[in-house]
Amino acid sequence: MIDKISPSVADALRGIEDGATVLIGGFGTAGIPNELIDGLIEQGARELTVVNNNAGNGDHGLAALLKAGRVRKIICSFPRQADSHVFDGLYRSGQIQLELVPQGNLAERLRAAGAGIGAFFTPTGFGTELAINADGSPKETRIINGRPYVLEYPIHGDLALIKAERGDRWGNLTYRKAARNFGPVMATAARRTIASVFEVAELGTLEPESIVTPGIHVSAVVQIPRTATQAGGFKSAA
Amino acid sequence: MSYTRRSKEELAKRVAQDIFDGAYVNLGIGQPTLVANHIPAGREVILHSENGILGMGPAPAPGQEDYDLINAGKQPVTLLPGGAYFHHADSFAMMRGGHLDICVLGAFQVSASGDLANWSTGEPGSIPAVGGAMDLAIGAKQTWVMMDLLTKAGASKVVRQCTYPLTGIGCVKRIYTDLATLACSPDGLQVIDMVEGLTLAALQDIVGLPLSPAT
Repeated sequence: MIDKISPSVADALRGIEDGATVLIGGFGTAGIPNELIDGLIEQGARELTVVNNNAGNGDHGLAALLKAGRVRKIICSFPRQADSHVFDGLYRSGQIQLELVPQGNLAERLRAAGAGIGAFFTPTGFGTELAINADGSPKETRIINGRPYVLEYPIHGDLALIKAERGDRWGNLTYRKAARNFGPVMATAARRTIASVFEVAELGTLEPESIVTPGIHVSAVVQIPRTATQAGGFKSAA
Repeated sequence: MSYTRRSKEELAKRVAQDIFDGAYVNLGIGQPTLVANHIPAGREVILHSENGILGMGPAPAPGQEDYDLINAGKQPVTLLPGGAYFHHADSFAMMRGGHLDICVLGAFQVSASGDLANWSTGEPGSIPAVGGAMDLAIGAKQTWVMMDLLTKAGASKVVRQCTYPLTGIGCVKRIYTDLATLACSPDGLQVIDMVEGLTLAALQDIVGLPLSPAT
């Protein structure tokens, strides 16, 4: 019998290795798997490469993971926020590497990883500073039908941590509103995907037409206490 | 010569006038979000938000905020009847695939040929952040910029060549400013309108680049 329901966050996160590339869902307050990030801090893996749209807010969640010194490099589109002081400090003191990626390239590089695409040409970033590799060499470009493109490579994850709304023992997932964001695409891009859900559904009760992430992309589902996402994204519901 | 600059609300209203019925539109973070408040009555315009929303509605009433439903600026919004959610790769495919009719962005500088600089001032020591700016700039059918024509120091933000790091090359179609509305064309900058009391010669002086009336 297939049963991807994990009894606890700690159980779901067992065996994550140092140096892993971890895809973490979320955009702003929505869809951040804070309970799984807390579990990752507890689990202890180090020298991580983290892929997220942002680089942590306040002192919780991803910011706490950074603060704990576990992250070697972050790949993101928008690190600078009003409350990104943890990242700001690490970046300014040279304690963390940053690969800045246009948000659409981030999403598409993840999609490409999940879809088995070797690389793709995109118009985004052509002629800008972000069409330059970390070593200063220009990224490969090509003119296709008169339009200039930049070659971009997939981002494969060893692990994806995502937040969904409901899941079943096959790993099928549904999401809530704009908390969906990077979840479905990250789920496809990692060798191992762990989803937190507020509700575990009996197999067969999720409407097949409404399943956004089919269980094939999910390794483990762990139920967490229902909380409302709030400003800052970290407070429990009343 | 005496003329009055458009206020932020007047500028938003000016941009909104040009958004046609049925348009799919992305409004950038900051000043462009004001445009939503000025869509003329009777026009149905569908707003896109990069984090996976089509049919985005206005801010909720106080106390009704749902932080799973936020805009690109991370502020709580609502969903209109008929609205839809989708994931990030689909959302950016909409942008990059040329499906949005119009996007309205702020800018540090725009060049006469439509190059856009709006993501970084390139200041040493600053933390770079790009978000969806590069995808929007080159992806929408029409990219419009909305900004004050002059910097606080009085320099024109419409320039021969951008000195700030570029967001996209030759991507801006129109520049809506507090003094005039300009079109970027292969033949150079064209003036679509100016505030009352301003002349083409005076505007040309301010911008420091050749301008011609729009045909």
